Amino acid sequence: MIEVEELTVRFGGVTSLDRMSVTFQSGTCGLIGPNGAGKTTFFNVLSGFVKPAAGVVRAFGENLLAKPHYRRARWGLRRTFQTEQAIEALSVYDNVALVHEHSGLPGRSRRRDVLAAVEFVGIRAEPHERVGTLSAADRRLVELARAVVGRPRLVLLDEPAAGLPDEETEHLAGVIRRIPEQTGALVILVDHDMSLVQACCATTAVLDFGKLIASGPTETVLRDEQVMRAYLGAGELV
Amino acid sequence: MASLSGVAERARGGLRLRRPTGASVRHGIATVLALAVALAVLPQVLSLYYIDAMMQVAVYAIVALGLGVLVGRVGLYSLGQAAVLAIGAWVAARILFASSLPFPIVLLAAGAVTMVLGTLVGAPALRMRGLYLALITLMLAGAITVVLATTNFPNGGHGFLGYNGSLLHIPPIRRPAIATSDPAYFRYAVVVAALMFLLVLVHLRTRPGRAWAAIRQSEPAALAAGINVTLYKLWAFALASFITGVAGGVLAGAVHYLYSIDFQTQDSITLLAVVLMGGAYSAWGAIVAALLLELLPAILHNAGVSADWLTILFGVGVLGALTTAPAGIVDQFPKDMARLGRLLTRLARQLGRRRPALERGR
Repeated sequence: MIEVEELTVRFGGVTSLDRMSVTFQSGTCGLIGPNGAGKTTFFNVLSGFVKPAAGVVRAFGENLLAKPHYRRARWGLRRTFQTEQAIEALSVYDNVALVHEHSGLPGRSRRRDVLAAVEFVGIRAEPHERVGTLSAADRRLVELARAVVGRPRLVLLDEPAAGLPDEETEHLAGVIRRIPEQTGALVILVDHDMSLVQACCATTAVLDFGKLIASGPTETVLRDEQVMRAYLGAGELV
Repeated sequence: MASLSGVAERARGGLRLRRPTGASVRHGIATVLALAVALAVLPQVLSLYYIDAMMQVAVYAIVALGLGVLVGRVGLYSLGQAAVLAIGAWVAARILFASSLPFPIVLLAAGAVTMVLGTLVGAPALRMRGLYLALITLMLAGAITVVLATTNFPNGGHGFLGYNGSLLHIPPIRRPAIATSDPAYFRYAVVVAALMFLLVLVHLRTRPGRAWAAIRQSEPAALAAGINVTLYKLWAFALASFITGVAGGVLAGAVHYLYSIDFQTQDSITLLAVVLMGGAYSAWGAIVAALLLELLPAILHNAGVSADWLTILFGVGVLGALTTAPAGIVDQFPKDMARLGRLLTRLARQLGRRRPALERGR
């Protein structure tokens, strides 16, 4: 369970997150909102790239913000990025092994864990192939394999389906749905593709201009008038 | 907590995790051939003039490899590597004059001291990136040059600096007993260089190599993977400083006498230029860079051409490398040769097709 209390982030005069309080229980949770709503900023706070001005984040009872950023991976925090960041110069195997070897897990389980993660996400390339030579969809999957290898506790997925064709998105949704049961991790999914969010997330939280405007079961949240107004603009509903 | 481990039981056996063996075998054969030529053939066939030049090539191949790790693998642009080499040479010379320690120990000590100094100097600079890191390291190189001009290199004098300006007979810096002659010392330098290449290759193939690849592409991705970016950057600086320090020790033995005037700040810039031309992403690129930097001037000098032309050539070369061959000569040359081969076969085929027609016409 991730409990966020009064989280505030300011960049100069801009308040990116405004006293955000929300709880992510378990399974796969959605986090949606228009561009600039603060979704990626929230992820960056969890990753330790951005220092919040105020607020607390308790992850499974621990104060996540007190850990140095590179320690959070060892704790079990994993993430993907809006612009895919699979390491081109390394092979598929090395890309995933990279995360495993910094996660504090024993080296003897590395080969097994890495291959398991590669198979779990369903990359069509061989483990020895260089990531720079792979298709966009496979590179996304390499990034996803890095997020699930070893013992993840909290997996942050930042628009994992951006730029993917529909059939690839469907495969991705299948993989994302199975992450909690396979690994026991809590997944927070940010995406603009509502069908993906609906397919993966039982609950969803909505941010708008840094404020939490709704949270609850995905179906209810997506029908919420305030949410529709935030997405479509006030004029459309009148 | 459930884990993924059960999923891939059947994937465990027989899966290849490294690249197909063809490329590795080719690299292995090339390495053995290059070492055999350097150790057995070159000392026999080259004149003393060129053996001297090749000793410098061995030294600068190590230096270029260190810079290649920083620039090509981690993305740290250092313009101070020639000054780091000078530190290594100074430390080695000082120990060689002060003690009768075995030469390999002296090389290790020179490497270790240079590593500590290089890392200390590099640590604050690591907060900078790109152009700013380059500027800071260049200024540090300038500072080291100034200090060396004041302290001079040890020449058998006493005290901490070991320099005595009024010495009439300056003793040469000693070489190892097994390698006092030039051909023997050249072989010694090649073996040291090979060991340094091995050290770097082991790094690149393992944990630090993977971490550096991640840092070079994206620091946020590296941080998210749990990599302590500062530690691994420092590690890269430490490794480059260590091998460059060892190279400095080899250089001290190679030239017998060290003068501060031979270590100029701008040498570091030329070094970066040849590393970019040779290829910063491969170990072979470091060798090509060293050949460009040390053998080419020797050939030109022997032919009576001023080595100043090289400054222009290197300038054009860097421009060419950056615009058309970012992975340097080692990457581009085989591609160009393959293209030339294809062109020739196509021409030959066309000629072959035309000839029967001509003969029929006759």
